[in-house]
Amino acid sequence: MFQRLPDAGDLAVAITIDGKPVKARAGDTVAAALFAAGIDHCRTTPVSGTPRAPYCMMGVCFECLVTIDGVGNRQACLVPVQEGMSVETQRGKREIGR
Amino acid sequence: MAREFDIAVIGGGLVGAAIAWGLGKIGQRVAVLDEGDIAFRASRGNFALVWVQSKGLGMPEYAGWTVRSSEAWGGFADELKEQTGLDICHQRPGGFHLALSEAELANRESILKRLHNQPAMQRYEWEIMDRARVQRMLPQVGPEVVGGSYCPLDGHVNSPRLFRALHAGMQQLGVTYLPNHPVEQITYRDRQFVMHTPAGEVRSGKLVLAAGNGNARLGPMVGLNVPVRPQRGQIVVTEKAAPFLNYPVVTVRQTDEGGVMLGDSLEETGFDPTVGTGVISTIAERAVRMFPVLARLNVVRTWAALRVMTQDGFPIYDQSATCPGAFVATCHSGVTLAANHALVLAPLIAGGSLPPETFEVFSARRFDVPAAA
Ligand SMILES: Cc1cc2nc3c(=O)[nH]c(=O)nc-3n(C[C@H](O)[C@H](O)[C@H](O)COP(=O)(O)OP(=O)(O)OC[C@H]3O[C@@H](n4cnc5c(N)ncnc54)[C@H](O)[C@@H]3O)c2cc1C
Ligand code: FES
Repeated sequence: MFQRLPDAGDLAVAITIDGKPVKARAGDTVAAALFAAGIDHCRTTPVSGTPRAPYCMMGVCFECLVTIDGVGNRQACLVPVQEGMSVETQRGKREIGR
Repeated sequence: MAREFDIAVIGGGLVGAAIAWGLGKIGQRVAVLDEGDIAFRASRGNFALVWVQSKGLGMPEYAGWTVRSSEAWGGFADELKEQTGLDICHQRPGGFHLALSEAELANRESILKRLHNQPAMQRYEWEIMDRARVQRMLPQVGPEVVGGSYCPLDGHVNSPRLFRALHAGMQQLGVTYLPNHPVEQITYRDRQFVMHTPAGEVRSGKLVLAAGNGNARLGPMVGLNVPVRPQRGQIVVTEKAAPFLNYPVVTVRQTDEGGVMLGDSLEETGFDPTVGTGVISTIAERAVRMFPVLARLNVVRTWAALRVMTQDGFPIYDQSATCPGAFVATCHSGVTLAANHALVLAPLIAGGSLPPETFEVFSARRFDVPAAA
């Protein structure tokens, strides 16, 4: 699907996606890191359960919602990766209190 | 040529649509005259409760009328679903009013005792619960909740879908819906009503005013006094969350699709449907004190809508003495009372009169009493 440019720089930031270790580049958004890791959808919708992936990559469509460090429904395209970050894809409705 | 109908209903909100559906069901030829998309319409902005507890202090007949609608609601929802295929998600698990201090709880208990001590009050179950009992039914309540009142008759629906089902259903029953027909003038001649609109005239043998706050202006054209005023209510809606609230609370309910609605203010601001952060934040703050888990949810929408309010808060159902065949129906609980409007009121209107023994109490003549010095 997506590939990094050959001169994209070092993959220096370690995060986890659904518990699996993944390397990202400093400055990547979580959405970019998800794509680079080959994730084809980051959530399913709350009512009909259809799969969704980041779409606009600029904060307006809300398709990229994921759980980041335990907080649900965060916009992956607006959050830069950080060392040790835990990203979880979502199924359906957000759990209350998460 | 003007179009002619047995009955014209002015207003296509919840009240007009429920009555028109009920009239269509018994074979009346009905037209619903409505304004356009941009109109004041409480029916598009309400909190969707089918609510019984605490209604009717000062008019026990209103409590009885409300209980009757609440009892009829299940069958009504089934009938709409069978007809239109739309599930309006009526649920009746009972509902709560929560208190955030001992004073609030004492006040609640005293109001409900006065309500139920009225002569002629219909008996139904209700109870005051302490914190421990509330917590067993609503495990997510916060530490500030000291208790609450519970009534097993309370419930809620998906209100936008109810509105859609009534419109789809009435048109399937042959009702003619005429949007963009704002009624400017009504004349009554030779037992016929003529509604004058910019889109042409509509004629009918009977007339039902169900124009919400528009009734105040239209009523006197057919000899009816309908003193209603707009009262603003604001609502906050969160993103959809996994089910956590098994019972509707009067100001917090989780919809069938998971969004949490927080409501709803009572503001005397005239015809002004704007939303303000002051009121919205008070609504959110109280809701979070009741259910601290709400604090992490994102708000996705806020809105304001205008209630249709009488000075005593009770409905007006009336018939004109000077223009026989003209009726008015207006209330501030059009969701709760939709089943009655469709199944009880509509057949009476088709029959030509509201029996005084049950309806006199709802007449606007109750406001004619001179104010006490
Ligand atoms: C914030 C809020 C929360 C609420 N919560 C609840 C609740 O939880 N449970 C409950 O039971 N009720 C609730 N309600 C009340 C409920 O929404 C109303 O009782 C109900 O919608 C009133 O319906 P209506 O048809 O009388 O009025 P409206 O919905 O206001 O409709 C009036 C219609 O008449 C039309 N009209 C007006 N003038 C003319 C004219 N001259 N010619 C043609 N058409 C005209 C308008 O275009 C409109 O379509 C709430 C209301 C608000 C505002
Ligand atoms: S991808 Fe559109 S908001 Fe994130």
